[in-house]
Amino acid sequence: MSLPLLETQQLAVTIAGRRVVESLNLQLCKGERLAILGCNGAGKSTLLSTLAGLRSPAVGRLLFNGDDATLLDTRQLALRRAWLGQFQPDPFGSTVLETALTGRHPHLGRWNWESKHDTELARGALKAVGLAGMESRHIHTLSGGERQRLAIATLLTQAPSLYLLDEPLSHLDLNHQMAVLELFASTARDCGAGIIMVLHDPALAHRFCDRALLLYGDGRTEIGAVDRILTAETLSELYGYRLRQIEDRGYRCFIPE
Amino acid sequence: MPTRPRVILILASLALLSLVSIGLALTVGSLSIPLADVWSALLGQEVAGGDVIIELRLPRTLAGFACGGLLALAGALMQVLLRNPLADPYVLGISGGAGVGALLGMWLGFSAFGVDGLAFVGALAAMLLVFGLAHGDGSWTQTRLLLTGVIVASACGALIALLLALAPEDRLRGMLFWIMGDLSQANRIWPPLLALGLALSLAMPFARELNLLACGLMQAQALGVAVNRLRYVIFLLASLSTAAAVTTAGSIGFIGLVVPHLVRFLTGNDQRLLLPASVLAGGSLLVLADTLARILIAPQQLPVGVLTALIGVPVFLFLLARQPK
Repeated sequence: MSLPLLETQQLAVTIAGRRVVESLNLQLCKGERLAILGCNGAGKSTLLSTLAGLRSPAVGRLLFNGDDATLLDTRQLALRRAWLGQFQPDPFGSTVLETALTGRHPHLGRWNWESKHDTELARGALKAVGLAGMESRHIHTLSGGERQRLAIATLLTQAPSLYLLDEPLSHLDLNHQMAVLELFASTARDCGAGIIMVLHDPALAHRFCDRALLLYGDGRTEIGAVDRILTAETLSELYGYRLRQIEDRGYRCFIPE
Repeated sequence: MPTRPRVILILASLALLSLVSIGLALTVGSLSIPLADVWSALLGQEVAGGDVIIELRLPRTLAGFACGGLLALAGALMQVLLRNPLADPYVLGISGGAGVGALLGMWLGFSAFGVDGLAFVGALAAMLLVFGLAHGDGSWTQTRLLLTGVIVASACGALIALLLALAPEDRLRGMLFWIMGDLSQANRIWPPLLALGLALSLAMPFARELNLLACGLMQAQALGVAVNRLRYVIFLLASLSTAAAVTTAGSIGFIGLVVPHLVRFLTGNDQRLLLPASVLAGGSLLVLADTLARILIAPQQLPVGVLTALIGVPVFLFLLARQPK
């Protein structure tokens, strides 16, 4: 059996002196999809950037394919995992195609220019998120949802084996939310990529992920298969609000009481 | 990403512009010399006015070109480093430090060499002060760097005002010309030219990483850029380029702020093209402005810093208005 794409050992995360995650042991294998759920300020984004190796954990180890993250340089990390952050304004900006091509950066040598092959990959990624035909638009003319889809296309261009997505559905309307989730589901299924995503909708997490990690914000975490862990009972405790569960054709839905 | 033919076309046109501006600077002036004679003089033949070309105009023109290139390069680097379109080479107090040093040297009656030396020491002192203070606890955020730089710059501004207030009448004019930026004293050409060559060749290997830095620090790091190392390198390169330019010609304004924007209109924001194009455009603009400064009210000369803005602003506004919305 191959090594897990991502593994944490006794990982702890601290925000401004407050311990939000305590001794987390997590393994993510090829083709697996994991949702991270929790209240605002529970440390979801901070945990995700820690898992991406962008922030040092307070305690514990982080391994990519069995290699300690502290021994990998930033470029080697970028070849293994991609990270989708929350929206950042760009003071200068460039065109849609140029932005998508930035995903090729870790694959290129210092003096290399993007090749035809790289451009084809970027065009393919733009097509996959429904931005075909907008290659030469300046990114400042895009809407919030289009910017978000462009960020996702950049990740696809980077083509790693592990995707860490912080609120991938933000700014997206319903059809694009479903398209993006289907896209990552097929990336996991067909390419064996591992996906970890911070989500706000437990129903979508249940439908599109294999397991869920719940962050209670006080250091406690709980992880398990979505069928077992995403129930009205645990989610009511997680969000501090009573929820009722409805099942329809295998899909779960949670309605606030 | 600009295509290869486009890169070559843009850089070749700007190189041509540089040659034209240098040629113009060598031919016109209080003594008008035909281009053919200029060419002969450059090749070492005896012609009328040959001394004027070799001894006066050539050093001044080349020093001016180097300063313009250095300032435009430093401006482009600072704008990416601080992720702020309003950043220029002077925003972090480097020119302020150089100004305090230079004016102190003039006040004390130092020779031109001493003044330049003190200016360079002042620029380095300001750079180290800003770096030390901003780095402080190791966080080194953009906001902290920018704030520290602005504060150090305003402290230097106050010191400069103090020196001007206390300066003896007969030295005041020289001091004011230094502050506005003036090439008439620029006769050492090799330091700025070498600095320009070195700075550009050290910045170019990082050009693609700079493109990513503009998307945000975390984003750049996630895409494989060693962000902290990159920022140290860029801060040092931009500061030393600025120091080399202001030591040669005083604090010439406008070039460092606006040339990168002008070039961005033309080329887009790919730093691999923007950096060398800014160097060529900045050098040409400064040489043209200095030529005007020499001839407008000849035989008297204006400080070139006054003219850079007077030429650059209309060009900038014209291009801004033509930008597709």
